Amino acid sequence: MFVAAALRRMPGKAKVGAVILGVFVLVAIIGPTIAPFDPTASTPGQALPLPPNGTHWLGTTATGQDVLSQLLVGTRSTVVLGLLTGLIATLLAVVIGMSAGFLGGMPDEGLSLLANVFLVLPALPLLVVILGYLPHSGELPTAIVLSALGWPWGARVIRAQTLSLRNRDYVAAARESGERTWRIILFEILPNEVGLIAASFVGTVLYAILTSVALAFLGVADLSKWSYGTMLYWAQNGNAVQLGAWWWYAPPGICVALFGMSMVLLNFGLDELGNPRLRATGTVKVGRRTWRPSDPTPVLRETKQETV
Amino acid sequence: MWFITRRLAFYAVAAWVAITVNFAIPRVMPGNAVDTLLAKYPTLDANSLKALEAEFGTHNHGSLISQYFSYLGDLAHGNLGLSVNLYPAKVTTVIGQTLPWTLILVGTATIIAFVLGTLLGILSAWRRGGWLDRAMPAFTFLQATPYFFLALVVIQLFAVSWGLFPFGQGYSLGLSPGWNWSFISSAAYHSFLPALTIVVTSMAGWMLQMRNVMITTIAEDYVLVAQAKGLSPRRVMFTYAARNAILPNLAGFALSLGFVVAGALVMEIVFSYPGIGLTLYNAVTSDDFPLLQGIFLVISLAVLLACLLADIVYFFADPRTRTRTAY
Repeated sequence: MFVAAALRRMPGKAKVGAVILGVFVLVAIIGPTIAPFDPTASTPGQALPLPPNGTHWLGTTATGQDVLSQLLVGTRSTVVLGLLTGLIATLLAVVIGMSAGFLGGMPDEGLSLLANVFLVLPALPLLVVILGYLPHSGELPTAIVLSALGWPWGARVIRAQTLSLRNRDYVAAARESGERTWRIILFEILPNEVGLIAASFVGTVLYAILTSVALAFLGVADLSKWSYGTMLYWAQNGNAVQLGAWWWYAPPGICVALFGMSMVLLNFGLDELGNPRLRATGTVKVGRRTWRPSDPTPVLRETKQETV
Repeated sequence: MWFITRRLAFYAVAAWVAITVNFAIPRVMPGNAVDTLLAKYPTLDANSLKALEAEFGTHNHGSLISQYFSYLGDLAHGNLGLSVNLYPAKVTTVIGQTLPWTLILVGTATIIAFVLGTLLGILSAWRRGGWLDRAMPAFTFLQATPYFFLALVVIQLFAVSWGLFPFGQGYSLGLSPGWNWSFISSAAYHSFLPALTIVVTSMAGWMLQMRNVMITTIAEDYVLVAQAKGLSPRRVMFTYAARNAILPNLAGFALSLGFVVAGALVMEIVFSYPGIGLTLYNAVTSDDFPLLQGIFLVISLAVLLACLLADIVYFFADPRTRTRTAY
């Protein structure tokens, strides 16, 4: 009920995004149980990837592993890593951004400097170096390292918003009436930043998916586990492109792009909720001319009725 | 001037952090240069071992602080040590050979993507509800596509299926790098597909941001006044609306450079492009710490330098930065 009502109120693009995201989350939950084959089971003696057919809907890899099963099983790892990183990094961004914006002065200077330094450090090379030497122990350590480098984007925006909210009259009123600082932060400022926090979460998830898939593609991940990134890694290592086996590398790539697209669309929808001007409005036909929103207000000239 | 001073102070701190992180990397990671060389040449005798240790600086078992200062001293003299894997090549020589490839390719592609994306953003905001604006979801798909996946698709289509462009590498075999026509044309031909992937995947982000800011700007009163004055739509679009709307894009340009470097890293591996990303990757996989450190330092400093340049451009483009005390 609630979900359906929330969906109806969303702008069109966000609706599409939410539905795609829902499908991915669903597959992440039930994927491994509905996978038709064991994703690692190979056919002995097979040396060439099979194109999609009745048994293997998305074809097989060079060793005869079922691509569809790999996709269904691998969704979980990628989705969990993306959402987990989004959660941790957004939490960091909220805590750091809000304290910097609210406290001001030296703490603000220090935290802003920290955020800016993290922003200009090249993340992927650093991640390759760090994760390349950490033992590959699943999603959580990777998510933590990704979050450690992914929080500054959100923190900057949240800090700026907190800075402007802090000086509003209602916050001053709350302070004058003797409310405690944590109460002001939690009940006066935080609710006004929900949209921004959601947008920062969505942006971080996009970053996390793209980065984690790129890392796995480079082989900097647990290669014994299935995820979109490791699928692409094995496809690249098995010369999928040279063999023309598009069904091997295209499905994980398209899934990453779709998952990421759902995030961008959700972000779009959030932007449009906050700023109605961004909604794509069509052209209006007034008189004989088509008017665009950027044109001046149309004025209809009265035409004289000719008498017969 | 306050703005510039503050930024300069920030870059000084950021550069110091980058240098220190770089110092920490091999000391936190397992293994060292001499062990790697030993594994490669197991028949080394004790004397050459000692010589190697001296050369790589691993004999230095002094306190961390003294190591840190000798490291800073080496940096000040431009001494980044020797590469383990390409022994006895100097790290600076290796970087000098590979950096231009990346700079030229990624630099050109990024600028093309920025200009093209910003222009498309201006147009789609100006003609809101037009076909370009309606095609927005397609662009979000491109924005969310991983660089290397698009690279694989592009290789499949243009190189494998249609045979229009070469598979990878920076230039044709049998040519040697130099300033002659056959080499330059070959390099340009080979860099077309990598550049195409960068442009296509990074263009959408610029376009979306530009569109959103532009739409807000178009609704401003001064744009209406400009239209009421009877200026040509093109003039209003570019010199009134877009000129102000481009500021966030300019600021984002500097910050995106880190991502550009990251994207280039993966792209170079897919295309076997002889740039700094591929070299970094090889250094990581073969435990070549001196080279890895050197490349990481160069990348960090390059990003910082680019950010500084973007800041200066921003300083001249946005008069507000020149008057406001805080930003």
